[in-house]
Amino acid sequence: MTAPEELGATAQATDWRPRLGSGIILRHDAVRHADLLVMPERIVLLEGGAVAVLRLCDGERTVAEIVERLRADFPGAPVADDVTEFLDRVRTEGWVR
Amino acid sequence: MSEPNNEPVVSQTGDGPAPPWAMLAELTHGCPLHCPYCSNPVGLIPRSRELETADWVRVFEEAAALGVIHAHLSGGEPLLRPDLREITEAAARNGVYTQLVTSGVGLDADRLAELVGAGLHSVQLSVQDSTAAASDLIAGTRSFAAKERAAALVREAGLPLGLNVVLHRRNLDSIEGIVELAATWGAERVELANTQFYGWALRNRRALLPTREQLARAKESVERLRERVEGVELIWVVPDYFDGVPKPCMGGWGAISLTVGPDGSVLPCPAAYDLPLEFPNVRDHSLEWIWRRSTAFEAYRGTEWMSGPCSGCPRREVDFGGCRCQAFALTGDASRTDPACGLSPDHHLITELVESAGDGELVYRRPERRGGLQLRR
Repeated sequence: MTAPEELGATAQATDWRPRLGSGIILRHDAVRHADLLVMPERIVLLEGGAVAVLRLCDGERTVAEIVERLRADFPGAPVADDVTEFLDRVRTEGWVR
Repeated sequence: MSEPNNEPVVSQTGDGPAPPWAMLAELTHGCPLHCPYCSNPVGLIPRSRELETADWVRVFEEAAALGVIHAHLSGGEPLLRPDLREITEAAARNGVYTQLVTSGVGLDADRLAELVGAGLHSVQLSVQDSTAAASDLIAGTRSFAAKERAAALVREAGLPLGLNVVLHRRNLDSIEGIVELAATWGAERVELANTQFYGWALRNRRALLPTREQLARAKESVERLRERVEGVELIWVVPDYFDGVPKPCMGGWGAISLTVGPDGSVLPCPAAYDLPLEFPNVRDHSLEWIWRRSTAFEAYRGTEWMSGPCSGCPRREVDFGGCRCQAFALTGDASRTDPACGLSPDHHLITELVESAGDGELVYRRPERRGGLQLRR
């Protein structure tokens, strides 16, 4: 496991274009009215803004572009720090790369 | 920003039980391997009684509508089904995440391409030990080379690869080699699954049960390997015969997952075939009715059925009284506390078994020969 501070530095660098890890699916669950991240042997229930961020992790957008898009979609929300920290965390889990 | 919640909350939606998250689809009991630890029942379901393609397609439609997210396409060896592509496609089309659980025997480039095209998401490959000779010895047939090729093909296709290694007296000392093998083959995860004694494995219990010293060493190895090996997640499936703590079997009876057998019978757990319950069949009922209404799924759901030490136990919603199938296998009564629990009045059955274990012959699973063929190590 890499130290979080090192990851923080990487996520803020603007050239990372996050995308979901291989074999990882983002989907809506109409039965439970929930958004899920599905991977081998694990199902992650996404809450709050997590799904909005992950939907933008398409391997094309940089972190800065993701932040910019979320700022436009959710005016007034403290997007920049939260998104960077969130992406670091999900990368540590191996869910985005 | 909210937390991603790693523990799915099983929430009640209206009346009745919460929907299942996972389905084990045992597509066939046929298998090219002859593993002595096989937990499938002694009496296998013959190929002639297997569900048709159209049945499985309907099962996956119903499973998706019921809330199943994960499907394990398993067996036996699911590659023995010539319609595996159609079955995988039906699951994927309905949004169900599919993992192929395979011995690797029969997985060539064309077959894998066909399955990936059908929407297969991931592969779990069984390996019996860290070297070809030792792995083939437990499998009872030459299969290691096929497994190695299958692993390479899965990684080339870009699918996540997991290994599953059933652990016992003969391979617990090879944990380091097994994990190194997993890293070399590009596996993201290794399930180190201590043998669960059901079905055929019960015949070999004495020769498969490890010593306490072996287990302690293996556990230490796993801890060290977790520090040392990066990029491979190690999942240690605890052996419930040794610590006096029962496993929370299936996360509770009829709580999280269901198993559909080769002939369409539906069970709360793949080890439940021998229980004195009438298991409903997808040929007769919808999966929803089976999950929500059938007697078999209601039998040990929740905590109402408990007696003895379980009913007043603070851990009754943690381990659900342990495993019903084990309680039945060892005491003849599926509603008793799992004898693996140190609080069970039957716990001596487990301690006696552990003490009586020793090196002995393994009875290989060869269904075509009555009673199995005995091979010496």
